[in-house]
Amino acid sequence: MKHLIPEFEKLRERFPAGFESSLVLPCVRRIQEDRGYVADEDIEQLAAYLGVPQIQIEEVLSFYTMFRRKPIGRWHLQFCRNISCSMNGAERILAHVEHRLGIRPGETTPDGRYTLSVVECLGSCGTAPMMMVNEGYHENLTHARVDELLEGLK
Amino acid sequence: MPGRQLIMSFPVTATSHSLAEYRARGGYASLEKTLGTLQPADVVKEVTAAGLQGRGGAAFSVGRKWQVVTYDDGQPHYLIANADEGEPGTFKDRWILENNPHVLLESMLIASYALNVRNCFVYIRGEFDLPYRRLAGAVEEAYAAHLFGERILGSGFCCDIVVYRGAGAYVAGEASGLISSLEGKKSYPRNRPPRLTVKGLYQRPTVVNNVESLSNIAWIIANGATAYKAVGTPKSPGTRLFSVSGHVNKPGVYEVELGYPWMKFLDEDCGGIQGGRAIKCVVPGGVSSKVLTGADIAELTLSHEALWDAGSTLGSGGMIVIAEGTCMVRLLQVLMRFYHHESCGQCTPCRHGTGWLHRIMDRIVAGEGRPEDIERLYYISKFNDGTTICGLGDAAGYACSGILDKFRDEFEYYIEHKRSRYDGNLECLRSS
Repeated sequence: MKHLIPEFEKLRERFPAGFESSLVLPCVRRIQEDRGYVADEDIEQLAAYLGVPQIQIEEVLSFYTMFRRKPIGRWHLQFCRNISCSMNGAERILAHVEHRLGIRPGETTPDGRYTLSVVECLGSCGTAPMMMVNEGYHENLTHARVDELLEGLK
Repeated sequence: MPGRQLIMSFPVTATSHSLAEYRARGGYASLEKTLGTLQPADVVKEVTAAGLQGRGGAAFSVGRKWQVVTYDDGQPHYLIANADEGEPGTFKDRWILENNPHVLLESMLIASYALNVRNCFVYIRGEFDLPYRRLAGAVEEAYAAHLFGERILGSGFCCDIVVYRGAGAYVAGEASGLISSLEGKKSYPRNRPPRLTVKGLYQRPTVVNNVESLSNIAWIIANGATAYKAVGTPKSPGTRLFSVSGHVNKPGVYEVELGYPWMKFLDEDCGGIQGGRAIKCVVPGGVSSKVLTGADIAELTLSHEALWDAGSTLGSGGMIVIAEGTCMVRLLQVLMRFYHHESCGQCTPCRHGTGWLHRIMDRIVAGEGRPEDIERLYYISKFNDGTTICGLGDAAGYACSGILDKFRDEFEYYIEHKRSRYDGNLECLRSS
């Protein structure tokens, strides 16, 4: 993570003095964007850089759903299956995607292309059903739209 | 349109979120008025007199929350806009962040002036992508126009803002959990007292307000408390942004003047129910509010007092409409899975209670329910209530007992026959 320190310095300037601990979440997020996951050495180096205990960073990594300690597939498909999405076909579309990719939620295709996850409400209830592909929201999903979308993800 | 519009009062276009267009709509005039003519105490007085109630779920008076902060107690104060919108069914703050971010920023500047805040924050949920980009873009525009930073608009008022992204935790939407998260930790809620307005972020007085609550401030300052109270009902002044989803033909975010007839809103504005079915029930304001049946809501208006009288609440404004024919057993299973997944694990009754509720629901849906399961669901729901630091465990219990109260017979049927009385679907399949 050391090459990100100049960026972290800029981030620090936006916070009031004494807010180093607050930088844990944004720094972890940036490290994950950079490496794809957070490695042991990142934890050690970030703890030393921010002057926070390592256990605080480890707790954050295990508590929040968006952080991960291991690499995943190139395209991370995250399906909402909370009630508004389920009421508009999420379960049916998820089953279709599982069948098409041959994986279950929590798994990655053998070619490392897709990782499938199920998540709780992402605030797209009015445009349900929805999934995230990496950072982006894809809403009002149908079988045809999902097929088209997956074709485009290489 | 269901009544007057204060926040969604303009047509959304590809550029209507920009500073230039916000200014053309009269934006930042309230900030100029505040810095030029009002004392901080005047702002607090005006907001209190307007009777603005919190829009995050609890409907607590914004003015009364602000009054706890002593303007010149010699310590830093913080203001946080809660944009960790995660209550299932709720996506109204997302509308503001995407389409009118400057109304939030202007309102936060006015609030910061009133509360002697030098540093304010927007805590936005980590998954939000476009809302984050729109908000961050608006912040950059505002800095470039010297609306944040030192000596704003030539006054002595200085204020900085940070947009802080969450990382995926429902409980971070609870104000004290949010503060733990903003301190860079797991979002464990905290015991109160002390109130957050006494000891909040880094143990300093902190006001946490919902995005929509704050976004009303600019209008209140521009038009005055009396004009604000003239909108809505005496006990529910103003408007609310309802995010409507589920089995309606036209889901979306609607600004509704409080006191508007509920069924008229659903029939005329939301286009009625999919497939022309009857309404089985409605989740009025996020899944933590108790469901009301179609018969319950037939004569109701959308106001806090009407919902309280009916034994529920407008909550977060996340309205989920459920059509006749939907299996409530499956629906409760989804909800219990959600609360179990989101329990932070800090308090024993919630950590174990939500898991227990979830396991019982899985068992019933698998056809292995036992006759005593219904009483056990009630028992756990009651046991959770009031025994935990935050409201998550309580809410799981309200959602559970709320559905059992209205649809107990469906659960009895499922347990006895080992299958749903309906087709077991949550979808309102148009062909059927």
